Amino acid sequence: MQHYSGFGLFKHSLSHHENWQRAWRNPTPKKKYDVIIVGGGGHGLATAYYLAKQFGVTNVAVIEKGYLGGGNTARNTTIVRSNYLWDEAAHLYEHAMKLWEGLSQDLNYNVMFSQRGVLNLGHTLQDMRDIERRVNANRLNGVDGEVLDPQQIKEIVPHMDCSENTRYPIMGASWQPRGGVARHDAVAWGFARGADSHGVDLIQQTEVTDLIIEDGTVVGVKTNRYGDIKADRVGCVVAGNSSVLAKKAGFELPLESHPLQALVSEPIKPVLDTVVMSNHVHGYVSQSDKGDLVIGAGIDGYNGYGQRGSFPTIEHTVQAIVELFPMFSRVRMNRQWGGIVDTCPDACPIISDTPVKNLFFNCGWGTGGFKATPGSGNVFAASLAKGEMHELAKPFSMFRFHDGALIDEHGAAGVAH
Amino acid sequence: MFHIYCPHCAEYREEEEFHASGQAHIARPLDPEACSDKEWGEYLYFRKNPRGIHHELWVHAAGCRKFFNITRDTQTYEIKEVYKIGEQPSVVAQSGNSK
Ligand SMILES: Cc1cc2nc3c(=O)[nH]c(=O)nc-3n(C[C@H](O)[C@H](O)[C@H](O)COP(=O)(O)OP(=O)(O)OC[C@H]3O[C@@H](n4cnc5c(N)ncnc54)[C@H](O)[C@@H]3O)c2cc1C
Ligand SMILES: [Zn+2]
Repeated sequence: MQHYSGFGLFKHSLSHHENWQRAWRNPTPKKKYDVIIVGGGGHGLATAYYLAKQFGVTNVAVIEKGYLGGGNTARNTTIVRSNYLWDEAAHLYEHAMKLWEGLSQDLNYNVMFSQRGVLNLGHTLQDMRDIERRVNANRLNGVDGEVLDPQQIKEIVPHMDCSENTRYPIMGASWQPRGGVARHDAVAWGFARGADSHGVDLIQQTEVTDLIIEDGTVVGVKTNRYGDIKADRVGCVVAGNSSVLAKKAGFELPLESHPLQALVSEPIKPVLDTVVMSNHVHGYVSQSDKGDLVIGAGIDGYNGYGQRGSFPTIEHTVQAIVELFPMFSRVRMNRQWGGIVDTCPDACPIISDTPVKNLFFNCGWGTGGFKATPGSGNVFAASLAKGEMHELAKPFSMFRFHDGALIDEHGAAGVAH
Repeated sequence: MFHIYCPHCAEYREEEEFHASGQAHIARPLDPEACSDKEWGEYLYFRKNPRGIHHELWVHAAGCRKFFNITRDTQTYEIKEVYKIGEQPSVVAQSGNSK
């Protein structure tokens, strides 16, 4: 693999950037792998990367039905934070946060991770009680956080309407300075390039149409392009498509797939250098380095696989943003799209073994899994390498919905993300 | 934007008047005390979530406030039929689809 550096950039500029090496190979799959990862989103690619790099399992294929990162990974609004309420979730997301902090160096790929801070606004007394509680819980878990009053918020975001003249005045906020944003497609590409350089085969444009199961044990996958491919272990990381694959394996998951939308505006001058989220008015916004406002909100209430969302949801989202930032009312929106998110009843993921032996699922990240990409891949890789769930993953078993040990993160997940 | 026929009001109304309440035809176990943890957990949380034909419970929240069922394709979003609680759907998934 060609090492990326400032010097390399200079060298390639002399040949008009026409001689860059391909970032990864485009191999024909082998007949058999130690591990097959189904789904080439951020989580699947991160899993493959850590499997090969950290756990020495290099006979690995990632099978992706479209192109790498074409699912939710490059459709999200890129918010990264780790201020979740419960210990299990805080530990998992903080594990990811620590990996984010060294990720560009580790991958030798600039994922543009920008720790510009994340504000979660409170508009009611109950919001503020929940925020106090969550920030205290965070600090006990070693996750940075502060409770801010409207004056302090105003200093961080001068253009936001922090007055009392709004329908839902801002009463305070939680503030996680280490939170921020990252460039989502670079995350997929960085992990892909890293995995490939350690020998992982990235198989694109190939759909897994079925799982081959013998005597309750998975032994491979069926594909639409290369027929059957054998594997000792299979990890499914297919987000909104998880229920469909689980059904092929003969079981149900506690998931529902919903469209979630995002929209970006025309580029404008720098106006917002942090991330603002509000559960109560239900919207969130940040500004990309290009200058466009990146906006998102809620899911459509019904199940859907159409990768598009409904108009009432957009309207609702934009209302919330204009309530917070009246000056944005004249900004024009450029693009809008949807992704299919796999929502789980307790707003926490499923990282789990399954009723089928050697078959593992990493799903249920719903509206907020981008922030966990490196951590999710890391613990899932450890689990696949050993055939036994990693300590941080254990509480996220799919069987928690049988024994009742749910991890209710609706408060911290809130408006999601 | 869906245009949904409410079988109670006998009228087409816009999506925003309605609220989707998830999978239809989920029967509450007759004797919850007799359920195993697995059975109870599956009743509460495990859902069909198909890509294709789905039977859903909807409520006309900003209208008559009554519940009814819809058969809808979750991929094309086409509404195949609307029917009242207690009735059975006439459009169902092909067997290939429900493998
Ligand atoms: C609009 C929107 C905004 C969001 N905002 C945020 C945010 O701000 N912060 C945050 O933390 N999270 C956010 N999320 C959630 C986040 O994007 C996801 O949780 C995360 O990206 C999931 O990553 P993944 O790799 O598991 O899934 P994906 O990136 O969806 O990857 C799954 C892959 O599996 C492939 N696949 C599916 N079925 C098959 C098959 N049968 N065979 C082969 N391949 C298959 C798909 O093509 C896809 O590429 C948002 C999501 C959306 C849609
Ligand atoms: Zn009605």
